[in-house]
Amino acid sequence: MVQLALPKNSRITTGKTWPKPEGATNVRSFKIYRWSPDDGQNPRVDTYFIDMDKCGPMVLDALIKIKNEIDPTLTFRRSCREGICGSCAMNIDGINTLACIYGLDEIKGDVKIYPLPHMPVVKDLIPDLTHFYAQHASIMPWLETKTNRPAKEWKQSIEDRKKLDGLYECVMCASCSTSCPSYWWNGDRYLGPAALLHAYRWIIDSRDEATGERLDQLEDPFKLYRCHTIMNCTKTCPKGLNPAKSIAEIKKLMMKRAV
Amino acid sequence: MADVNRGDRPLSPHLSIYRPQLTAITSILTRITGNALLVAAILIVWWFLAAATSPEYFALADAVITSWFGDLVMFLSLWALWYHTLAGIRHLIWDNAKMLDMEIATKLGWAIIAGSILLTLFTVVVI
Repeated sequence: MVQLALPKNSRITTGKTWPKPEGATNVRSFKIYRWSPDDGQNPRVDTYFIDMDKCGPMVLDALIKIKNEIDPTLTFRRSCREGICGSCAMNIDGINTLACIYGLDEIKGDVKIYPLPHMPVVKDLIPDLTHFYAQHASIMPWLETKTNRPAKEWKQSIEDRKKLDGLYECVMCASCSTSCPSYWWNGDRYLGPAALLHAYRWIIDSRDEATGERLDQLEDPFKLYRCHTIMNCTKTCPKGLNPAKSIAEIKKLMMKRAV
Repeated sequence: MADVNRGDRPLSPHLSIYRPQLTAITSILTRITGNALLVAAILIVWWFLAAATSPEYFALADAVITSWFGDLVMFLSLWALWYHTLAGIRHLIWDNAKMLDMEIATKLGWAIIAGSILLTLFTVVVI
């Protein structure tokens, strides 16, 4: 359901302002969402200052610098630092993206960082993705076959393989799903752009033999049809993919099957 | 969402921190104009019903609807009608999985905004 205001325990308070680095001339301020499960307090936004002459180019560089040099309690996920693992997805400067491939020079003014929107927060910038992963699992993200296993491998023509381009690159960072107002209000039942992009990836795979079952499973007022083509997903995808288009293609296949 | 929110976890902020996107704004406007048009339609039906009831009652309804406030409501409803129509056409295009690339979708958004304003002014001038 649409609930515009945050629940009482989630309202954000003003946090701590950390000291400025000494002797720095090129200082930038970072406003970062903080919440700890241990102190029983509401979330807050802390302000940090960084000497930009001694900081790497990406948002993740700044976060690591803060954790190393200012506040070791700042908590966030990160791993590959090159946009392939999807761990460091967060809301930066008002859009969801990967901290490791988002340049600090792309942001004007203070750098505002929040966890992915409308998710339960585990700590600081870490959202709980349990439900998101469960939704991905529910679309059967594997090759489903009925015919006998071929002697060597399931073959695919070059043209059929091409249909998977723009789909297989998804790293499941959850930026798209958590940018979607429909997912905010109905995320318990609407699968969201990420899971639906993956659903489409298996539906159009020429080797897959469960297309009918896959479509059956999505024929539901909530799972698929809560997409109203708001397109925040496509706009925000750090990998430049187009979940909105995948969803439209699924709806089109549904239509084709019905008439 | 069974057992997902252990330990009274807060909900991360959403609307209040997300940067407004053109496609999102044009989408919610479609819904708002659609609902507002229902109110406008009821007003017009009320006007007709009043005309069928009695001259005195029609005079009242007519005074309300042709007052400056009624004019404003009708003018905005005219825009809402054009906007909702154009947005509907955009949905028909999108339902064919066409023009969904971000660049073109953004242009479509500006097109329905500009188109609805131009068509509204055009209608006002002609009528």
